[in-house]
Amino acid sequence: MLTIKNLHASIEGNEILRGINLEIKPGEIHAIMGPNGSGKSTLASVLAGREEYEVTDGEVIFQGKDLLEMAPEERAREGVFLAFQYPVEIPGVSTTNFLRTAVNQVREHRGLEALDAVKFLSVMKEKMKLVEIDQKLMSRSLNEGFSGGEKKRNEIFQMAMLEPKLSILDETDSGLDIDALKIVSNGVNKLKTSETATIVVTHYQRLLDYIVPDFVHVLYKGQIVKSGSKELALELEEKGYDWIKEEVESASV
Amino acid sequence: MTTLINNKIADQILAKHGTLENFRELRDKGVDIIQTEGLPVLKEEEYKFTAITKKLEQSIKNFGPARPVGLNKELLNKHLFEGFDGDLIVFDNGNFSQELSKLSGQDYSLVSLDQAQSENFGKIAKMEKDPFTALNSATFGNGVSIHVGKNKQISKPIFILFFNKANDGEVISTRVFIQVEDNSEVTFLENTVSLDDAPYFANAVTEIKVAQNAHVHYSRLQDESRKAIVVNNFETDIHRDATFTSSLVSLSGDMVRNNLSLNLLDSGCEGNMYGLYLLNGKTHVDNHTNVDHTKPHSESNELYKGILADHSRGVFNGKIFVRQDAQKTNAFQQNNNILLSEDATVNTKPQLEIWADDVKCSHGCTTGQLDEEALFYLQARGLGKEQARALLLYAFAGEVLEKISNEQFRNFVTEKVEERLGGSY
Repeated sequence: MLTIKNLHASIEGNEILRGINLEIKPGEIHAIMGPNGSGKSTLASVLAGREEYEVTDGEVIFQGKDLLEMAPEERAREGVFLAFQYPVEIPGVSTTNFLRTAVNQVREHRGLEALDAVKFLSVMKEKMKLVEIDQKLMSRSLNEGFSGGEKKRNEIFQMAMLEPKLSILDETDSGLDIDALKIVSNGVNKLKTSETATIVVTHYQRLLDYIVPDFVHVLYKGQIVKSGSKELALELEEKGYDWIKEEVESASV
Repeated sequence: MTTLINNKIADQILAKHGTLENFRELRDKGVDIIQTEGLPVLKEEEYKFTAITKKLEQSIKNFGPARPVGLNKELLNKHLFEGFDGDLIVFDNGNFSQELSKLSGQDYSLVSLDQAQSENFGKIAKMEKDPFTALNSATFGNGVSIHVGKNKQISKPIFILFFNKANDGEVISTRVFIQVEDNSEVTFLENTVSLDDAPYFANAVTEIKVAQNAHVHYSRLQDESRKAIVVNNFETDIHRDATFTSSLVSLSGDMVRNNLSLNLLDSGCEGNMYGLYLLNGKTHVDNHTNVDHTKPHSESNELYKGILADHSRGVFNGKIFVRQDAQKTNAFQQNNNILLSEDATVNTKPQLEIWADDVKCSHGCTTGQLDEEALFYLQARGLGKEQARALLLYAFAGEVLEKISNEQFRNFVTEKVEERLGGSY
């Protein structure tokens, strides 16, 4: 589904990603972990098409197409979804109106007919249950005045509405209490099918108790320095990142 | 040297308008003020960013009064908005046209303003404050006087429609005088239509008395031609427990100066001022507002927003005056701007003068570009860049549009705004 080859990216002249290689197949969940500043969020941003980042080398193929050639909205329509680490507050734009526009854009791109107001609302109600999001939030301005947990749930709710092929969760667990974490994870798990894939970018192993990954990758200094099964996450939780840093440093000497 | 030019223009205007026989005292006073002060120059603080006099010198060839163009019903109907249901008051080049105005029989009086109606006339809009008010007082032709008696609920809006066109002269002096008595309620709507693209100078004065516990809504649209030079002096006296709400949406014009003054004369008054300027090309719009809190327990709210593209320029100057007596005043002011081009400019200045010590006042202004992060967020959900931009800009503007109380007029103005946001931006 997604093939990343030797991906290099920089921001304002600083190279953050220094040759990422990753292969993701339908049905898989990949966790990307790593210390602060290792490039985790940069990878998520580059995949979603954030313009501040300049890709200097490498390629990303998504379902046979060159992802890096596409504008952010094309990526979204093709089925890439980024759950933002910091969802943006947009005053004056109601969640419902915005989502209806977004859903219909995506549907049009996939050759499906637009949902009318009635159908849209019934789909919305059904998906809202997934993340136990309050109906009242839907008529309010997008994310404005939402609590941290509500914002993250709203991200997963949007993901449910847009039905992406590849979901990238950028530190969706950060700042969530355990109840909110369970709700969010539960939503992600219910949305998962054998056709879809998920990249979970996280700092904490805790999330992986609820969203169980098939693979765990450790990112350090812009490269994937170690990959393994979910046990790797437990090891990291126990021992921290220092041993990995040491391994990398000694190997490069 | 500049003073000479200013007096030269003022003198030309006065000379070409001749001596008007009615309102002698008022007109003489106006002439006096104009001849002593001249029209404002850039050096004057109040007109620092808006060189209206220079603009007049450059663009206006004939300083005589624009004569009525003779409108017809067909033209009129073209400029009514969808769903309009109310009274229509038509102005033909600054002159009230009784013939084309259409009243539905609501319970208030409307007369041509050709002789003194009330001792209040000419006293609410103070000539000493702005030379253009003095100039208008010396030159206005046939205005309109509206009187809403006590305890009247005027349920349908009163729509004042101005048609402007340089015609045998390029100065259009409009005068509107409104008195709303105790406990009455009424909504006014206003639009100005330019009949062609030739430059003209519209110098309007509107005076409103809002008596005790009366409630007045006044919404205006400014969408004149690209060559129109406009000065607007709009002043209201607001009495005990009365509310006045102004909404003003400016979309076009060459140079537009709006002076809006709310005098909160007693306790329990509420004055609201909402404005949106959505500018492109070289349009220059200057909003000067002034709210004067004189007695305890009054409130004012102000929100002006601007979206500026191309070489356009916006000026916002918001004065809040809280006198020593006006304890427990609540006064809020906000001005936010989005610049869409490097060549667009905004000058914004809050001006608070507070003499009472137990008040709640706040003000704030922001000027910036469209929020890139919000734009990316919407794109990442599948919205095209242009669509995302329009949505964000529309949301920004929407906060002001929703203050227009009349639904049909709000829809009409909203449509114009959407047209602009989906088009040239």
